[in-house]
Amino acid sequence: MSSTHTIGRAIAHDSAHKHVSGEAIYVDDQTPLASQYYACIGGSEIAHGKVKNMDLARVKTAPGVIDVITADDIPGAADIGPVFPGDPLLVHGADGTIEYLGQPLFAVVATSHTLGRKAVTLAQIEYQSRPPVLDLDQAIEARFYVRPPHEMARGDATRALENAAYRINACFAVGGQEHLYLEGQASMVIPGEDGGMTVYTSTQNPTETQKLVARVLDIPMNKVDVITRRMGGGFGGKETQAAAWSCLAAIFAARTGVAISCRLSRRDDMVMTGKRHGFFNQYEVGFDQQGMILGLKYRLAGQCGYSPDLSDAIVDRAMFHCDNAYYLPAVHIAGLRCKTHTVSNTAFRGFGGPQGMIAMETVIDEIAFRLNKDPLHIRKLNFYNTTDRNITPYHQEIEAFNIPEIVAQLEEESAYWKRRENIKAFNQQSPVIKKGLALTPVKFGISFTVSHLNQAGALIHVYTDGSIHVNHGGTEMGQGLMTKIAQIVAQVFQVNPQRIVVSATRTDKVPNTSPTAASSGTDINGMAALNAAQTIKQRLTDFLSAEHAVTGDEIAFKNDRVRVKDTVLSFAQVAKQAWLARVSLSATGFYKTPKVYYHRETASGQPFYYYANGAAVSEVSIDTLTGEYKLDRVDIIHDVGNSINPAIDLGQIEGGFIQGVGWLTCEELKWNDAGKLLSDSPATYKIPAINDVPEIFNVRILDNTRNESDTIFRSKAVGEPPLMLAISTWCAIRDAIAAVADHAVFPKLNAPATPEEILRAVTALKNPST
Amino acid sequence: MQFNWWESGRRVIEFLLNNEVVGIEQAPADLTVLEYLRDQRRLCGTKEGCASGDCGACTVVLAEPGMDGLKYQNCNSCITFLGALHGRQLITVEHLKNQQTLHPVQQAMVDYHGAQCGFCTPGFVMSMFALYKNLNRRSSPGERKTATQEYLGGNLCRCTGYKSIIDAAMESSASVQGDQFNQRAADTNQQLAQIAPFAKARAATTGTENFHLPETCEALGDLINRLPGARLLAGGTDLALEVTQQLQSMQQIIYLGHVSALQEIHITRQHYRIGAAVTLSDFHRMIKDDYPDLSRLLLRFGSRQIRNLGTLGGNIANASPIGDLPPVLLVLNARLDLQSADTRRTVDMDDFFVGYRQTALKKNEFIRAISIPRADAEHQCKVYKISKRLDDDISAVCMAFNVQLENRMVKSIRIACGGMAAIPKRAMACEQALLGKPLDPDSIAAAQHALTQDFQPIDDVRASAAYRMRVAQNLLARLQLELAGAQIPTTVANHV
Repeated sequence: MSSTHTIGRAIAHDSAHKHVSGEAIYVDDQTPLASQYYACIGGSEIAHGKVKNMDLARVKTAPGVIDVITADDIPGAADIGPVFPGDPLLVHGADGTIEYLGQPLFAVVATSHTLGRKAVTLAQIEYQSRPPVLDLDQAIEARFYVRPPHEMARGDATRALENAAYRINACFAVGGQEHLYLEGQASMVIPGEDGGMTVYTSTQNPTETQKLVARVLDIPMNKVDVITRRMGGGFGGKETQAAAWSCLAAIFAARTGVAISCRLSRRDDMVMTGKRHGFFNQYEVGFDQQGMILGLKYRLAGQCGYSPDLSDAIVDRAMFHCDNAYYLPAVHIAGLRCKTHTVSNTAFRGFGGPQGMIAMETVIDEIAFRLNKDPLHIRKLNFYNTTDRNITPYHQEIEAFNIPEIVAQLEEESAYWKRRENIKAFNQQSPVIKKGLALTPVKFGISFTVSHLNQAGALIHVYTDGSIHVNHGGTEMGQGLMTKIAQIVAQVFQVNPQRIVVSATRTDKVPNTSPTAASSGTDINGMAALNAAQTIKQRLTDFLSAEHAVTGDEIAFKNDRVRVKDTVLSFAQVAKQAWLARVSLSATGFYKTPKVYYHRETASGQPFYYYANGAAVSEVSIDTLTGEYKLDRVDIIHDVGNSINPAIDLGQIEGGFIQGVGWLTCEELKWNDAGKLLSDSPATYKIPAINDVPEIFNVRILDNTRNESDTIFRSKAVGEPPLMLAISTWCAIRDAIAAVADHAVFPKLNAPATPEEILRAVTALKNPST
Repeated sequence: MQFNWWESGRRVIEFLLNNEVVGIEQAPADLTVLEYLRDQRRLCGTKEGCASGDCGACTVVLAEPGMDGLKYQNCNSCITFLGALHGRQLITVEHLKNQQTLHPVQQAMVDYHGAQCGFCTPGFVMSMFALYKNLNRRSSPGERKTATQEYLGGNLCRCTGYKSIIDAAMESSASVQGDQFNQRAADTNQQLAQIAPFAKARAATTGTENFHLPETCEALGDLINRLPGARLLAGGTDLALEVTQQLQSMQQIIYLGHVSALQEIHITRQHYRIGAAVTLSDFHRMIKDDYPDLSRLLLRFGSRQIRNLGTLGGNIANASPIGDLPPVLLVLNARLDLQSADTRRTVDMDDFFVGYRQTALKKNEFIRAISIPRADAEHQCKVYKISKRLDDDISAVCMAFNVQLENRMVKSIRIACGGMAAIPKRAMACEQALLGKPLDPDSIAAAQHALTQDFQPIDDVRASAAYRMRVAQNLLARLQLELAGAQIPTTVANHV
């Protein structure tokens, strides 16, 4: 195996053998210590109000119970809000306010998980209820916000609308989404010396957990080590909302001196952790008779739940993406952060971007409808370019834009126009089953929009046997980050990737890390690892040139060996010689993304280092009697720049797409009038299963391309962007619905397009009066 | 709390854990196989994703002697009680490797990049292993694809989008390479055969044990009389949720899986007579030719894992308003044989459901068998299931029809729905509206109206009342189109 081309090889996930054999160890799989207890959480039974009286006597005396705590028992800070305060670890009985049904009020530890869960049910709590705000509409109306609104503008949208030949004013709702990572939230905390804690946890953000555990225990961060080997899925749901369970476990560990495991049952996980934000999107668009957009006003209202969490940045990202791939000459965007008495919504793959982007694609579809043109024409007409239609609503200049090429290739490969004709013919012959087709692009901005998060660190050790140990700030949640980092380091040293171990993420090895989020894992940690590897490689080169009296040019790292002029040394020989010569074989690496900034006051800047692009065509069938649908065919071309690992990237594209299809079709969150989550298990909340994969599913990575920005080996981030390719499926469903009324009326469709929602939209077309 | 399985020192529950004969002397009656594996054996390759049988992360394979050698069935360990393993081989993911070599299904998952976060992977591997063991090697690619979807429909993956997993299953199930399980089959059979005598010994006992495995209807009837608080366990796919989701304890369980009479199948020219404990998987195979719609419905009944455990009698006795079989059995005019220690009687399906989760079963009775008439040329049985998701989802509405047309007129008709009322229920007014009428749009319109007299459905997490009613009405229109032989597509896919 030649190691020269480690970058670009479809190497299997570094844990693949362990995954398939059941040998991969997740937090809850760790062998329990001889002395270990299990923590469970008791949640509120009302959505809004106060605790009048909390009687935990029966909980305390329940079989197996060791200890019970309430907010009074938190030694340090009681609020664990990640950016802004507002997230009490446990609601305080006297002073606190309950803000969602299920909100943690107390916690127990017991000798087993089951006994802990049973004990929790024995609490007797009296409440003083207040009327909850549960609906987004209600919150919008009442201007009930977790954070103040933010606005972006460019040009004079009001005037542009007034002067436009055509205007449309419309709105639709987009539902939220449960992460449903297969591994629920889990943490294990082991108390150590001097009040210190070692935390094994399934988190995308070990530093956040470290910070919060230290804060609730009132100890310095250097006494808390957080270790994350892998997650059984994260998707944003373990960015901020993994910390509470470690904090609670740590409090118990401090009180009992015993290791504490805290894992949430699936129902607790679904009830007590936030989801993707639902949105209510309003738009007013003005355009000319060709379909060229002249002015556009948006009001994007995100349902944040009870606390800010990350909602400021999430609604911002919705605003940053409600242009998608289209130039808006005059635009005004208002983003609302609405408060409801529901669990605090949080990061979820796309981070608000999808909810903004779907608004733009709806605008395009509706313009096409009004002008009786194919939506693809309107899309192409309004695309950005890099010359004169190249400024975003947040005043970032579009410097590279390959969506027209991607769309052109996809149009041809998917036989878009021929299928469009076939579908028209089919629909004319088919009164019950209607087909629809849609092609939508994705332009997704890459970087944390909070600038300081765009930094990363790495630590590399080369040992005297030539084996290499890599550590960095990113976490592995299935996206293959560790594999890609190993490839990057292997590429630098020109060694076989099997020589490299990328170990668990640890806050005591690489400190002050950013969450593995915003698709940035490989971009920033890969660069940091590259930096560290290059430092060591330079030291080795310097050492070899001094030792062998050659110039640097005469030294070549190649094929797992090092050639020094005419001598070939094994990598291990080089490492050992360097060690004997007292050369440091350990180095840290650091990276910060250049250029990125955003000024909130002026709503302008360059929040994104670059954009990741792609496009998808979906063809669907719907049943106009039942609302059932089938995704018949999907074609995708997605740009990952110069792929570090095409197999992993393809997996991200396919998986992201199907997850997006779930968000927009079968996944429906439901609460009852009291604020109780009804869709609280996989029995009632349906994520896509194997038969939801389209029969024809052509997915490919855009050929022969590299990132125009100087990223790690000119690759592009791939975690989030493909999710939004699924907007094509939702648009295709709407296209099929429109066929019911022969495309004379633009169907109002909300997301998710469940069978019920589809039938509602179909019925509205059939009986316009009702 | 620990209970004695048996008088001290003697084993009662015996099974093979991979290749090891395991005897369980003490354990709670309601201990799940998943808890046993993870907590007691530290076999943590089997994962808990939901503890409710909805995600497949905990999938294991059970092997038992069948007609053509060992029969391998994937099931959810999170809702299988340990006692149900008696006499079977429990195969976990840790056992698939042969020395250090991955099993072909594992290797295919690596080769096709079928694992990302890896948490669902052991469950997928086990379902894929069951597929590998059961699929005929001469199957066509189309048959393999269908079987893949059938076997893996109960395994959720949140990362991959399934394409790589489907590819891995297609590849490995086509492999002609044998595995170490073939080589060990004789030994395994022998090990299992040696377990059987314990079961025989147990049949005659009356002890204090809390997980009871009667082998005859008489013993079963006696146990029910003797232990009024005991729960009858067939597949347990719903019962176990009381333990894992509602956190209840079950101290006395009577397991029906070893009562041989409940496994009996008699097929005559007029009837199927099917033992109540026959699994839905076996039932599915049996009625394929007579009732293609029912057979296709069964492919959407829970998941393969659920159908391998769940039984026909369990689905009926459970009396859920959203059970999928009762509407079909109602329209087919099925009859139930009910039995107790000293009585036997027959009840029509029509008379069985008396109220929400209430049946005609008396306290000491159990369902012994279900009689279903054979299909004939005159009747057409149509079944439609509407749910949010195709695989493994509970119906918003399940609607069944049994129609006899003569000269385009409705000579007889039975219509029943699940999900529309507190019980699975006939649509009598709707039937009356169609009886003796031509099956045309006019009479369908009248029938649709009549449906509002039959049902007042409710809003819940799965669907609104209005949607349920509209869909049920529209399914009458679909029926009319299909029976009228309209040459137009009436479903989005080849499913019920």
